[in-house]
Amino acid sequence: MIELADYLLLSAILFAISVAGIIINRKNVITLLMCIELMLLAVNTNFIAFSHFLGNTTGQIFVFFILTVAAAEAAIGLAIIVVLFRNRSTIDVEQLNQLKG
Amino acid sequence: MLKQLLAIVLLPLIAALVVGLGGKLISRQWAHRLTIVGVATACILSINLAFGFASGQISVIEHTLYSWAKIGQLNLQVGFLIDSLTITMMVVVTFVSLMVHIYTIGYMKEDPGYQRFFAYISLFTFAMLSLVMSNNFLQLFFGWEAVGVVSYLLIGFWYKKPTAIVANLKAFLVNRVGDLGFLLGIAGVYMVFGTLDYSGVFQQVNSGFNDLEIVISDTAIWSATTFICIGLFIGAMGKSAQVPLHVWLPDSMEGPTPISALIHAATMVTAGVFMVARMSPLFELSEVALNVVLVIGATTALFMGFLGVIQNDIKRVVAYSTLSQLGYMVVALGASAYSVAVFHLVTHAFFKALLFLAAGSVIIAMHHEQDIRKMGNLKKYMPITYVTCLLGSLALIGTPFFSGFYSKEAIILAIENSQLTAATYAYWCVLLGVFFTALYSFRMFFLVFHTQERMDEHTRAHLKEPSMVVWIPLVLLAIPSVSISWFIAPQIISGEFFNVAIQVAKSHDVLSSISEMYQQPFALGLHAFITLPFWLAVSGVIVAYIFTVARPAWREQLNLKLNFINQVLRENYYFDKLYMNYFAAGGVAVGNKFWKWIDAGVIDNWIVNGSAKTVASISGQLRKIQSGYLYHYVLVMVVGLLAFLGWIYWRALHGTV
Repeated sequence: MIELADYLLLSAILFAISVAGIIINRKNVITLLMCIELMLLAVNTNFIAFSHFLGNTTGQIFVFFILTVAAAEAAIGLAIIVVLFRNRSTIDVEQLNQLKG
Repeated sequence: MLKQLLAIVLLPLIAALVVGLGGKLISRQWAHRLTIVGVATACILSINLAFGFASGQISVIEHTLYSWAKIGQLNLQVGFLIDSLTITMMVVVTFVSLMVHIYTIGYMKEDPGYQRFFAYISLFTFAMLSLVMSNNFLQLFFGWEAVGVVSYLLIGFWYKKPTAIVANLKAFLVNRVGDLGFLLGIAGVYMVFGTLDYSGVFQQVNSGFNDLEIVISDTAIWSATTFICIGLFIGAMGKSAQVPLHVWLPDSMEGPTPISALIHAATMVTAGVFMVARMSPLFELSEVALNVVLVIGATTALFMGFLGVIQNDIKRVVAYSTLSQLGYMVVALGASAYSVAVFHLVTHAFFKALLFLAAGSVIIAMHHEQDIRKMGNLKKYMPITYVTCLLGSLALIGTPFFSGFYSKEAIILAIENSQLTAATYAYWCVLLGVFFTALYSFRMFFLVFHTQERMDEHTRAHLKEPSMVVWIPLVLLAIPSVSISWFIAPQIISGEFFNVAIQVAKSHDVLSSISEMYQQPFALGLHAFITLPFWLAVSGVIVAYIFTVARPAWREQLNLKLNFINQVLRENYYFDKLYMNYFAAGGVAVGNKFWKWIDAGVIDNWIVNGSAKTVASISGQLRKIQSGYLYHYVLVMVVGLLAFLGWIYWRALHGTV
């Protein structure tokens, strides 16, 4: 029988991988986007697990919302990346340091 | 009755506001018509009030009109206190003001600031009336400052003349010094008596109160009343131009002559004398203060008289004479002869206003030439001015039967009877002062109206008596200058007239012994021919005659012989130099140091620029962490989150939640 803790552990691992992806990745903005998606999925896993084990469907409703938002976000994110590439001819994270003080 | 009082105060104010703010809407004719109607009504009502008071129909009126503010126990109110002293002042102020209003029509005929001038003098009348009619210290202070402001405006009336601007600034600054003392005195009154109403204060003075003691040094312990009196008197010194705060009055002659007559001779400068007389119950409590008053007054009376002798500007001669006469009034105050001081104030207001207006008349005729060395023999061209000026001068030097004689004689007799420590000094000062009063008055008189003609041809051709509006006030002022004392002297000296308004302690009573003499003014006048002051005055006139008319050449020789004294006198005893080089220059130097050290050094360098620089350097360090790389920010975020979670976990572990 798979326990609640197992699901939580899985989602924690997913979350950690995505955070590590954001921090370690120095090359591609698209990877960042993917990491963010992964982060959301980790959260979704949590929601589903709790929903199942507590017998409450509210969590699953939330997951639908999050998926919708994530889809929209991915679309907008990709569009931004296209514009970014047009302007700067690169999507290399190392080059994107306009905010430097 | 209240309506009458309000009308007296407010009519000049309304006229001033209408004329002053009306701008081009008010023509020259309407400017003088409106203001003259206002002040004439006030004058008639005041005289009516005086007759009502003299006949006993009206008694002392005390009325609070309006409560302005109430702070704790402190009531700030506007009100009237009408008694014999106030009425005397009201009549003098409105009458002289009316004469000056009329005179101004002629004097300022060609001046572009005609309407402004009438607005100012009407405003002055309002301010002076609210000063004298007040029933509390607050309103007294309001009037005190208001007359100061109008005086400032009028001295600088010809604001394109640099000397006038310097003079009005000087008057303003010197008066501020006096006002500081005055404010301290008022604050002291509030501290000791807990009220600012005259009646409340005087009631406590008479029924006993808790006097505070101020330790100056081991040997000198002053009572708070001494402090209050000296504070108030410093205010009076500023306003009444007593040594050493007298320096502004001669310079105030830069203003037009009518206001010299009204403000700087007859009314405003006597406000200090009025105020001390009003405070007589307080001053009676402090012998120290009375001695101070006596010394200051006597010094002013004599030493300013010396200065009058060497002046060559016709208005300055009269100005120094005013200073000297103010000194006489203050001496009378110091000797506790308050009623005599007010008596001299009244007679002086008439004859000094007359002398100023006569000087103004001469100035008009001479085309604004004020140097008496360039005049001479004007009696041929200006008979009315000549006669009125002669009457004024005779009154000033105390010729028997003239008004000035009775008041000046009373002052000298009062000092003679005074038991105060400084009385001997004061007595010799006022006695010698009589000689110098006669000397400078008649030196000017002879140089202007007698001797040979020294003016240029062009001026001579146009010399004539100025128009009627100029000489009518002269004649109207000459009448009381000669005769006013015959009617009021017996009542004033016997204390009948001021019995409620002025209080004198039994031990300071210097007038009871002479009031017998004053019951027959005529006999007193005859008696004067065998007294010392009369012969001093006569010798003064003779000396003046010798040095101006008979042997003018001697004057040059004397000047050479007395070169040193002459120099000291010309420099006004170095008061101006002292103030300019030490007080003013010192103030500037201290201000410069403060500017450099405090303002530029501490505030600009440290506080303003310093804080900006600190922010800049801190942010210079902080910006180094702003790498611009997203992953740095995320790392910091995650580390922070971990630290935060760790902290919560740690707290939970130790059971502090």
